[in-house]
Amino acid sequence: MDKKELQTYADKLKNLELERPIRIMEVCGTHTTQFFYTGVKDLFPEKLSLIDGPGCPVCVTPNRYLDRAIEIARTHEVWLVTFGDMMRVPSSYSSLQKEKAVGVPIHIVYSPLDALTLAQENPEKQVVFLSVGFETTIPTEAVAVKKARQEKLKNFSILTGNKLTPPAVRALLDAGEVKIDGFILPGHVSVITGIKGWRFVADKYKKPCVITGFETQNLLIGTMALIHLIQNGNPEIINEYSQVVTESGNEKAQEVMAEVFESTEAKWRGIGTIPESGLCLKEPFQEFDANLRFPVNPPEEVEPRGCRCGEILRGLVTPLDCPLFGKKCLPETPVGACMVSSEGACAAYFRYQKVSP
Amino acid sequence: MNDRILMGHGSGGKLMFELITNTIGEILGSRSVQMDDSAILVPGSEKIAFTTDTYTITPLFFPGGDIGTLAVNGTVNDLAVMGATPLYLSCGLILEEGLEMALLKKVLLSIKKASDAAGVRVVTGDTKVVEKGSVDKLFVNTSGIGILEHPVPRKKLEVGDQIIINGTIGDHGISVMAQRSGLSFTRGLSSDCAPLHRLIAEVMREFPGSVKFMRDATRGGVASVMNEIIQKKPFGAVLYEERFPLKNEVKGVCEILGIDPLYAANEGKVIMIVNKEAAAGILPLMKKNRYGKKAAVIGEIIDQYPSMVFVETLVKGRRMLPLLIEDQLPRIC
Repeated sequence: MDKKELQTYADKLKNLELERPIRIMEVCGTHTTQFFYTGVKDLFPEKLSLIDGPGCPVCVTPNRYLDRAIEIARTHEVWLVTFGDMMRVPSSYSSLQKEKAVGVPIHIVYSPLDALTLAQENPEKQVVFLSVGFETTIPTEAVAVKKARQEKLKNFSILTGNKLTPPAVRALLDAGEVKIDGFILPGHVSVITGIKGWRFVADKYKKPCVITGFETQNLLIGTMALIHLIQNGNPEIINEYSQVVTESGNEKAQEVMAEVFESTEAKWRGIGTIPESGLCLKEPFQEFDANLRFPVNPPEEVEPRGCRCGEILRGLVTPLDCPLFGKKCLPETPVGACMVSSEGACAAYFRYQKVSP
Repeated sequence: MNDRILMGHGSGGKLMFELITNTIGEILGSRSVQMDDSAILVPGSEKIAFTTDTYTITPLFFPGGDIGTLAVNGTVNDLAVMGATPLYLSCGLILEEGLEMALLKKVLLSIKKASDAAGVRVVTGDTKVVEKGSVDKLFVNTSGIGILEHPVPRKKLEVGDQIIINGTIGDHGISVMAQRSGLSFTRGLSSDCAPLHRLIAEVMREFPGSVKFMRDATRGGVASVMNEIIQKKPFGAVLYEERFPLKNEVKGVCEILGIDPLYAANEGKVIMIVNKEAAAGILPLMKKNRYGKKAAVIGEIIDQYPSMVFVETLVKGRRMLPLLIEDQLPRIC
């Protein structure tokens, strides 16, 4: 799309006259950020609102998970290996960053396979990978576990905190707390799940959906298409990201996930326990389950007082409604997870929100 | 000759003497390793600029440079943005026991090459060896002295002043980050590490009094420099995304890692704020210099949004560009 076309689309969105308020939800955390980053959200007409969904893996990870990881590191003297954006997330009593500062060995990697390499290169150390993510990273985690098994690695394990996004959307719709007219579905996740993974949203819940990418033009086209579907009362899924998203998705990735993991109920911060939304290792791979290898019993989970991350993740309120936002809860001293992750709604609001002149 | 650094290389004894005279002196030149306690310099009656910086980087070698080129150009640029002509550098080395001699020589050669290219002389130095594990291979400190030939006039910024950068944004930070993260498609990525004093001197000579502010956009990138300037000011600044000089490779890595290039470090970029009339002349002048080919006017001072920096995006939406709290962490998905 050339510059002129882009601007035409942008002007169309900006000048859109809506008869009634329309509320759309972006499920994915990268979309949350990109809507701000590209300035597209700034163009939204008054009656159009964007509700941030539960699509930031760091944000929906419950405190209990981090409490357990830290307890494993303290009790069993293992090397914790994690993606960067978990570092500053507060646990009930600490954070990975604080633990690292007092000497707990914590390594940041960009891929689970890097964690595997660390284990191979340091056979005398127990390496525990904090496996937190959605469909986008789970297949690589499955590959890492498979490789560990093939190579009979005795010093590699994962602490499973992975989650599946479609069940979370289903849970939001079932709860019915928040009024959503349509969904911007996650682009990267849909590459793996395919359109078929989301059919239920349109078929059963009669909500229009658009799958789209992350560039300015993707966001503009996706938003316009979704509004069009909503205005016409047309509960369909439109795929505006057909370069990479297909009906059936990435079947190889689905196969390796299914070979290594099986679904189980999982706790989502703010949302609660959702059936079949988490993953655990299947029987042949359970020797790589850090939960089994390093039994711990961390103290009772504590949620920070006053923090509204939970309601934000359910789309009930925006970060601006939270009394801690921008006051006690700041990027340098985050109270809730949504302020930590670069994908978190609070972090995005704090960074990008336009302040009226 | 040992092929690794030993504790003895820092002991003050024979090994150390050999390291300094043979290895370091041979590469940097014997005048760099005088055995007196100080170098004696005769600067004349001009005002002197003096700065120091310590360099630690992983990996030590990266596309477009290494810790040696960084240690020279970084300090040269700190002098240059003050309007000084850099003349002399000191070079302090902290070496980890066990460091490969070949690696040290490679870094010394880079220091020599970079200082020759910048026209500065290393006139004094120091070498310490610490036990294995106490430092990560090799740290370098350089101090620099220059003559203040083109001091930046203390003029107030005004609405309409133009913001200029001398080339592509974020090359250094993103190259290093991509290499660190083992991304496989790093071809075409290269640090912009370069000395800027000549480019700056050309502008200051041709447009005396027009440059109101200058800073090299190193750690924290363009965003941090802009915030530093604008904080507590009664006006704001806007940067226009469509004008950002960005390498496609940098853009690609930023998208994948979820990182904003405006916060990425540069090692060969200066941000100038100049009066509106002069901008049109400064830009072509910069473009004639090898380190200014992609120079661009990327923004201006505005009377809205006091104390804030904004980006006007490609579709003319606006987003805030706040001061970064901590290093950007690559995201999960």
